[in-house]
Amino acid sequence: MNTKLLNNRHFLGLLFMLPAGALLVVFLTYPLGLGTWLGFTDTKIGRAGHWIGLENFDVLIHDGVAQLSLFNTLFYTIVASVLKFALGLWLALLLNRNLPFKSFFRAVVLLPFIVPTALSAIAFWWIYDAQFSVVSWALVKMGLIHRYIDFLGDPWNARLATVAANVWRGVPFVAICLLAGLQTIPPSLYEAAALDGASPWQRFRHVTLPLLTPIIAVVMTFSVLFTFTDFQLIYVLTRGGPLNATHLMATLSFQRAIPGGNLGEGAALATLMIPFLLAAILFSYFGLQRRRWQQGTRD
Amino acid sequence: MSSAAGRREEATSIEGMTYLESVPRRVVTLYLPLGVFLFVLLFPFYWMVMTSIKPNAELLSREGNPFWVAGPTLEHFRHLIFETDYPQWMWNTVIVSVVSTFTSLLASVLAAYAIERLRFRGSRQVGLAIFLAYLVPPSILFIPLAAIVFKLGIFDTRWALILTYPTFLIPFCTWLLMGYFRTIPFELEECALIDGATRWQILVKIILPLAVPGLISAGIFAFTLSWNEFIYALTFISSSEVKTVPIAVVTELVEGDVYHWGPLMAGALLGSLPVAVMYSFFVEYYVSGMTGAVKE
Repeated sequence: MNTKLLNNRHFLGLLFMLPAGALLVVFLTYPLGLGTWLGFTDTKIGRAGHWIGLENFDVLIHDGVAQLSLFNTLFYTIVASVLKFALGLWLALLLNRNLPFKSFFRAVVLLPFIVPTALSAIAFWWIYDAQFSVVSWALVKMGLIHRYIDFLGDPWNARLATVAANVWRGVPFVAICLLAGLQTIPPSLYEAAALDGASPWQRFRHVTLPLLTPIIAVVMTFSVLFTFTDFQLIYVLTRGGPLNATHLMATLSFQRAIPGGNLGEGAALATLMIPFLLAAILFSYFGLQRRRWQQGTRD
Repeated sequence: MSSAAGRREEATSIEGMTYLESVPRRVVTLYLPLGVFLFVLLFPFYWMVMTSIKPNAELLSREGNPFWVAGPTLEHFRHLIFETDYPQWMWNTVIVSVVSTFTSLLASVLAAYAIERLRFRGSRQVGLAIFLAYLVPPSILFIPLAAIVFKLGIFDTRWALILTYPTFLIPFCTWLLMGYFRTIPFELEECALIDGATRWQILVKIILPLAVPGLISAGIFAFTLSWNEFIYALTFISSSEVKTVPIAVVTELVEGDVYHWGPLMAGALLGSLPVAVMYSFFVEYYVSGMTGAVKE
């Protein structure tokens, strides 16, 4: 009886799902619901909250800092993602060409992505230092500027500086994933196009790009998700300053919830991120659909 | 790895067309941009190394060339290892990463096998749910998780991290392993079933040995992810002696307004070293894990 049950795939399947399922339900699904619920309460650290309806959301919508953080998040996500895509695609195309030490280059390129972001952000912090920035030093020596740039002290400088650091970290990921996509494109297509007299640009536009579109959709969705919910880079570089100019929704929600003690408001801010994430996921879903349709496989 | 043959074929065909390109053109369109990319991507690491071996006097002077170091010193590393809790932070990070990686791998192997091979009722929906779980970012989970961790009484302990890291590791590993299991022919399992093997024996003796590359990919990637984790560790840990390296370097080594750049950079460098070394040994596995998760 016992062995019979253990060979029943439905029973065994559920048994095998148990460890992963239990961990995910307790530490992922439940917190997801709890977080949404907390957003509708006035919970503080060390004090249970009461249901207050939409009050947190109402406060946040009229809160100048929260509005600014939404603007910053969108700016950060859009500018960084566009740059990551353009530079990543370029780097992937470069690495896909005939190169000596190709695998070595590919390995080295990925380094910024694998080291802990918090730690590489510290290097950027030092590179952006107002007094001892090596970038300012080099530019002054070249005679391009006369005063050291205050990278993290001025709102727009700080926004662009954090975007640059994010792009630095994200380009390798995009490039290596797109490179994997490029390597699946059969070379015979390029040969055929070349024989038909297609210029390099036409080969890129009409062969590479259409075949790469599905993987671009997925990679960029991940990239947008990571960027939109980014936390550590901002936390290390600016903590949201100067004048909240670089506060993202994630950092502001941490600020309000943990040091500020206002769990309800922080959770409400985090909940406000969900619609944007859903939009990105739907985008990814349709990207995947299209890919399957192109490959002609079922479902 | 399966595309190695394809890659070689493509390499020769591209080589076949390079004679059409003149050398100067190749320099401008390929080597120059690639050189700029490599310089920008690697400069921060060079800068970390330089800063970590510069004596303080050189760090805080605008004289001389900052790109080079006149009198290299290991003073910052000595300070870090003997006068701070750095070894303890390192140890915490190792324990948390290793334990959460192995827990997640174990749970993921079972889950992936169940979804992909046992095909129990509802397995497709569970597979989709796993993919969606992979997309839930930690930055919207840390507040409710902090409340849960606190209620469980594991706030400010390593357990808080060991139990919460699987929330992003399991979905990733399961998704990756599902892809690997899919490539193992069904016939092998059918033969074993006919010979009277139980499902457990099939998993342990047939599927797992064949999925070793997948297990290594998932393990390496999971280890790196947990080593790099920041927001949970920042929220759930407050005592210095249980902090992980990324948190401790950011919160403990920054004292007031005077930044000790030397020890900070030394700390950042030492903290990046384990993942970098591991990565250098398993580049292929890491890349196939990363791209595999995106491609599936």
